Amino acid sequence: MIIGIDMGGTNIDGVALDERGIIRQVKRPVDRSDYFNSIWNCIKELLLGVKKEEIKRIQLSTTISTNAIVENRISKTGVILQRGPGLKWDFDIPGGCIADVTGSVDHRGIPVSSESADEFSKIKEDFLNNSVEAVAVVGKFSTRNPDFEKRAAGYLQNNFKEITMGHTVSGKLNFPRRVRTSYLNAAVHSTFKSFAKNIEESLKREGITAPVYILKADGGTIDLEGATAKPVETILSGPAASLMGMTALLNEKNTDRCLLDIGGTTTDIFFLVDGVSVFEPSGIEIGGHKTLVRAIYSTSIGLGGDSHVRIEEGKLKIGPERMDHAIAFGGKYLTPTDALVYLGDAKAEYPSESAAALESMAEEIRLTPAEFAGMIIDNFCRSVRETVENTLKKINSRPVYTIRELLDGRSVKPRSIGVIGGPAKAISKYLEREFGMPIEYPENHEIANAIGAALARPTVEINLLADTDREILSIPETGVYEKIDKRYDLKEAKERALKEAKLAGHAMGISSAVSETEITEASSFNMVKGYRADKNIRVKAQIKPGLVAGI
Amino acid sequence: MKAKNELGLILFPAFDWAISPTHPEREERLLYTQDQLLEEGIEDVEGIHFFNPLIATKKDIDRVHFCYPSSEKLLTESHLIAAGGVMRAFDAVLGGETDKSFALVRPPGHHAQRVVYGDRGFCIVNIEAVGLAYARQKYGDMRVAVVDTDCHHGDGTEDIYWNDPDTLYISFHQDGRTLYPGTGPIEDLGGPSAFGYNVNIPLPPNTGDEGFQYVLENTVLPILEDYKPDLIINSAGQDNHYTDPLTNMNFSAQGYARLNSRLNPDIAVLEGGYSIQGALPYVNTGIILAMAGLDYSDVVEPDYHLGKWKQSGRVAREVERIAEDVLNIWKQRETLGRKLFEGKSSVKRNRRVYYDTAGILETQVQEYRICPDCPGVDSIRSQNDRGASLFGITVPRKACPACQKKGYDLFEQEKGYTGKVFLQDLTRDEFFSE
Repeated sequence: MIIGIDMGGTNIDGVALDERGIIRQVKRPVDRSDYFNSIWNCIKELLLGVKKEEIKRIQLSTTISTNAIVENRISKTGVILQRGPGLKWDFDIPGGCIADVTGSVDHRGIPVSSESADEFSKIKEDFLNNSVEAVAVVGKFSTRNPDFEKRAAGYLQNNFKEITMGHTVSGKLNFPRRVRTSYLNAAVHSTFKSFAKNIEESLKREGITAPVYILKADGGTIDLEGATAKPVETILSGPAASLMGMTALLNEKNTDRCLLDIGGTTTDIFFLVDGVSVFEPSGIEIGGHKTLVRAIYSTSIGLGGDSHVRIEEGKLKIGPERMDHAIAFGGKYLTPTDALVYLGDAKAEYPSESAAALESMAEEIRLTPAEFAGMIIDNFCRSVRETVENTLKKINSRPVYTIRELLDGRSVKPRSIGVIGGPAKAISKYLEREFGMPIEYPENHEIANAIGAALARPTVEINLLADTDREILSIPETGVYEKIDKRYDLKEAKERALKEAKLAGHAMGISSAVSETEITEASSFNMVKGYRADKNIRVKAQIKPGLVAGI
Repeated sequence: MKAKNELGLILFPAFDWAISPTHPEREERLLYTQDQLLEEGIEDVEGIHFFNPLIATKKDIDRVHFCYPSSEKLLTESHLIAAGGVMRAFDAVLGGETDKSFALVRPPGHHAQRVVYGDRGFCIVNIEAVGLAYARQKYGDMRVAVVDTDCHHGDGTEDIYWNDPDTLYISFHQDGRTLYPGTGPIEDLGGPSAFGYNVNIPLPPNTGDEGFQYVLENTVLPILEDYKPDLIINSAGQDNHYTDPLTNMNFSAQGYARLNSRLNPDIAVLEGGYSIQGALPYVNTGIILAMAGLDYSDVVEPDYHLGKWKQSGRVAREVERIAEDVLNIWKQRETLGRKLFEGKSSVKRNRRVYYDTAGILETQVQEYRICPDCPGVDSIRSQNDRGASLFGITVPRKACPACQKKGYDLFEQEKGYTGKVFLQDLTRDEFFSE
């Protein structure tokens, strides 16, 4: 049995699943003054009537880190930067301090010059005087050579609660994003750590030994220990829970699809390529901070079942605001839901009030109520389709770097649409007409996110670089920086990358049967120096997001 | 961070193409540039946009070149994509998507001349010229200045615009007596319709940042002010850099960025530059920041020491003398041209062209017919040491009806000639070969 919890903005949903399906489901409001107990009460309620020893895993999609960042409840954080030459980025570090040190490393990881030890001692003193609790230390090109970050961390380790080194947060290149990601990681560390401790202790008290996994923004999971070390990985997992839930509930797999999650205020749009999510190219943005946290790609449009419908200058306007519930459910403002009710596609609590409001607005622009209701829904569907098409255009014009990719041009071409959310069933036939594609909508939509959290499996991504001129192999994600032979080649690099990804997967509890390790990019460049040719080898490997095979 | 100028980047490193595995023009060439740009977070700068290249068609190539035996046979996909990258750069600016654009594509193109038998100076297709011809076809006539800051003389670009008064070609380069391709003296000024619009500025070896700056301020900018182009293109070769393995100049990333900032081009196109670790990552970053209107003062090579690359007084004096000579000729171009071409109906020019990469030697006679109403039809009779020969006719965009007819007559007349016969009718955008 698996327990899945999804913590949203207003509610927490929980499910207990096993081979037979959903055993229990719970919905509770979020208590904004006590996130931990909000979750814990939800878990406790699920546990009633469940045999504790049958629980295999507990999987949580939480907003603990997200809320800490957005609500600015974070540790006072000091950031040490070795920027080297290049762009002059300004970093917005609320309540924290930034200290620069001299020295730099070049694009191959070759040190150009180093900082001096007394720079660290001065910074330490400054930070302590400013009551800094956590530290992030980031160098330009530190993924290629992390020595500066290690020296700084070594110097400061006994004085601060947390020290995040830039090269540990991602193997990707992007210094400004690495800085922000490391800063956020250090800043939320303490908040997440106490949450994790609370969960562990509470489970122990209840006699539950099942491991806890936390959902990440890329639709994969990370174990509680890993999440405590890298809490920034747990931000913005809501859309991932929704996407994974839809994937679990919809029948069609392994094709290009567009998924729509129609809520009250907004519609979230996702894309699947051969059944796997499209990702953000670099990482997700949170509270104005662009990060390197891998995330599924989603875009949102201000149109939902409860969007405000009105006439402005003789023209129909829908959204982006949501004023209230639909009139059909006791609200004061006309909504697309009321139009669906009028057309006989949805049920209502107050059908006559809803119809009266729609009729009076229809009269304003001299349409019959049925025409007006149809117009609202057509308008809604057209805006969604236009946003989907524009987003696809953007995704399909992402830069490529090889002749093969440019000529082959694998683009995302959805063949069908999956819809979830309150109005999904009622609106699906209209969407089907608008898109000219088959539409599928699952039952159980209200607990899709909790099911997504429950069924997600761990993901890993690693970036390997082998430089036979410097005789160095690096895999920042797994902390590998080691010497290699001059003859090291692409074949060895690929094998190693797969092995490292698998090892990382095992460490997070992925059994080898489940772990789908794959190479996503691999290239080997000749580096010519005089009469010698060395190799610069780059390999990316991953365990891609997906659903657990068996429960 | 927000760019002052919206900038479109076409970064296409073609990681799966090389002339040969250890050739300077190989897969690795833009690898470190891409690394540097990624690490700097260029993709997150508001106002900098990345575009994929277009793929040039046969017609796009045939607008500019007489390819022997044909453009399909001579070119690979990589060339069509490099040219397509420049076409995309023109679309970005002229289509109004961005204020400026920079095509970082490979292989380069400025040694590719009108006639192409094969690869020379790592170039087969003149990518700027293909882009510009495409843009003129799509967006209409415009006066364009091409400022070539590659260390090698852009003999291909010179050849293509030799007789085109609507395209001013200015080349800074290391003196041809000391470097490939050996051409580019001050005295080569252009054909009868565009005399003076080919501006060569051969600089002595070891010219440094101050020298380039001097020439720009005292010669290039005044000429541009006179010419008043609608569009400025920078052929941004990066081999004037002090670390370049093939050349002997002392230009730095700061120098390149400053030059670009003062020149203020609408479009830049990467040309040569083979110091792929020590120069390209920094020079390209500098140029991108300069074009975007961002602060580039911290873009410095790891091994740059102020003072070390300062040019000597002797070099400075020579640079000043050349700068003055070039400007004087520019001012007198009309008088000089009248003297040379008055009363003539056509001008012939004999050339020998060596294809260093392909190992081919070509001899050709170009003939520029002088017409009082238009730039006139021109033709090239060419043969090479492998036994190939061709006759190519160009009817320029602004040709008068009589010259256009003349072009077709010549084509009919030359059919049956031993080699291939080509006709470029740029007035109708039509191309014929026999």
